[in-house]
Amino acid sequence: MISFSAVHKRYPTGYEALRGVSFDIEAGELVFITGHSGAGKTTLCKLAAAIERPTSGSVVVNGQNLAALRKSAIPYVRRNFGLVFQDQKLLFDRTVLDNVLLPLAIVGLSPKEAGKRARAALDKVGLLEREKANPIALSGGEQQRLAIARAVVNRPAILLADEPTANLDTDSAGEVMELFKAFHQVGVTVILATHDTQWVRHLNPRVLWVEHGQVRAPGERPEGQA
Amino acid sequence: MNAWLTQHLSALQGAWQRLAASPLNTVLSLLVIGIALTLPAAGVVVLDNLRQAAAGVASTQQISVFLSPEASRKEATEMESRLRQEVSGSIVFVPREDALKRLQGTAGMAELVASLPRNPLPDAFIVEPRNAAPEQLEALAKTLSAWPKVAHVQLDSAWIKRFDAFLRLGRLAVLLLAAAFAAALVAVTFNTIRLQILAQADEIEVAKLIGATDGFIRRPYYYFGALQGILGGLIAMLLVSAAVAVLSGPVSQLASLYATAFRLHGLGLDHSLLLLGVGALLGWLGAQLSVGLYLRQIEPK
Repeated sequence: MISFSAVHKRYPTGYEALRGVSFDIEAGELVFITGHSGAGKTTLCKLAAAIERPTSGSVVVNGQNLAALRKSAIPYVRRNFGLVFQDQKLLFDRTVLDNVLLPLAIVGLSPKEAGKRARAALDKVGLLEREKANPIALSGGEQQRLAIARAVVNRPAILLADEPTANLDTDSAGEVMELFKAFHQVGVTVILATHDTQWVRHLNPRVLWVEHGQVRAPGERPEGQA
Repeated sequence: MNAWLTQHLSALQGAWQRLAASPLNTVLSLLVIGIALTLPAAGVVVLDNLRQAAAGVASTQQISVFLSPEASRKEATEMESRLRQEVSGSIVFVPREDALKRLQGTAGMAELVASLPRNPLPDAFIVEPRNAAPEQLEALAKTLSAWPKVAHVQLDSAWIKRFDAFLRLGRLAVLLLAAAFAAALVAVTFNTIRLQILAQADEIEVAKLIGATDGFIRRPYYYFGALQGILGGLIAMLLVSAAVAVLSGPVSQLASLYATAFRLHGLGLDHSLLLLGVGALLGWLGAQLSVGLYLRQIEPK
C-alpha cells in the first residue's frame, strides 16, 4: 500500500530530514512511527501524503510513484488519506459541522448526502450534539476528535496522524487512541507518528523507529524504547 | 457530472455570499468598476451617434455641375438626359437667369448684381446622388468634370473626410481609454480577491492538504470576479442609459433647429451584452491573476 525506497529528503535550508529510508506498509496495518522530536517523523508523514516530495528515492502509494506524479494528480492521491495534524488545522470561522463538510465539498458530494455523512462522522467521534458549535468552544480532546471526524468522513483507506495526542491530557489522548483503534478494527490502515510510546503496549502496533533521519529495524532500537 | 455541477453551484453560491457578506465594500467596488466601464461605453455611444448624425447629413450631399458659358440650352437639355441615365438620384437644372435671381435675393448683393453689364453666371445642375458615400461622390465628380461643355464640378466632401478622420481618431481614443480602464478593472478585482484570499488563507491551506484541486480553490474566486464584473457592467449600462435619457430631449431640440429628425440613442442590445461580457471577462481575469499568484506562492518548493 505504501512503500518508501531509499528516500532522502533535504529541505531548501540544507537540513537533511531523511537519509535513505526504506519500508513498506500493507493494507489494514496499524503502524506507529516513533522517535524523538526532530527525528524525521513529520517529514515521513508529509512525504507519504504527497505534501512534500522526496529529494531522491521513491514513495509509492497504491502503486503510484509520488515523485513521478504530475502536480495536478497530487490532490487525488491525498484523498486516499485521512489526515490528522498535531495542530488540528480546524477552521475557527466555521461551525463544527462545516469543518467536517469541507472534504465532502471537495469531492463534490450533494449537500443532502454530505450532511448525512458529516453527521454520521460526528456521531462516531461523539460530537454530534456540538455540530453547531464553533470549534474554538471545544476542549483540546474534542478538537482532536473533530479533526478525526473530518479525516474519516470521506472513508479514506489510510488514516495518517501526526502527533495526534501531543497536546492532550491522558484521558483525552486515551479517547483519541481508542478512536484510531476502532478505525483500524474496521479495516482502515492507521499510521500514527508519535513520540509518545506509552500507547505502543496498549495497542500492539507495528513500530517504525525513526532516528536521525533513518528508520531502524526493531532490533536496532535503543534500550528502553518501544 | 453531478459532482461537477454541485461544485460549480456551490462556488456560485459562495461567490454571492461573499458579495453579500460585506455590502459596503461590494457597493464601493461595484461603483469603481461601473464607472470604469461607463466611460468607454459612453464613448462608444457618442461615436455611434455622431456616425449616425453624419450619415444623415451626408445623405444630402450635392454636386454642382457648372456648364461652360458657351453651352447652349439644347446642349444643357442633352446633358440633363445623360445625367438622368447615368446618375441615380435627384437632378435639378438651374438656368443662369434663376441663379442670377437667387444671387440678387441674397442680402447686400442686389446692387452689385444690378451693376453688372451682363449675367456672368453659367447654367448649372444640382445633382444629389442616392449613394452619398464620399468615395462614390468623388468618383462621380471626376467623371462629370470630363464631360464636354462642363466648366467646373464642385463637390464639398472635404468636411466629410475630416469628419471621418475625426471619428477614426475618436474610436482610437475610446479604444485606448477602454484599455486603460480595463487594466483598472482587473487591478480592482485582483486587489479585492487578494484581500479575500488572505482572509481565507487557513481554509485554502487546509483544503489543499485534504485533497482540494487548484480548480476547487480557484472556482469561487472566478465566479466572484465574473459576478463583480457583470454587476459593474450593469451599473455602467444604467449610467449610460440615464445620461442618454437626460440628453435626448435637448439633442432632439438642437437637431430640429438644423431641420433633421436626429434622435440620440443609447447602447443597443449587442453593445449591452458586450459590456456585460467584457465586465465578466475582466473580472475573471483579475481573479485568475490573483488566485494564480497566491497558489504559486504557497506551492511547496
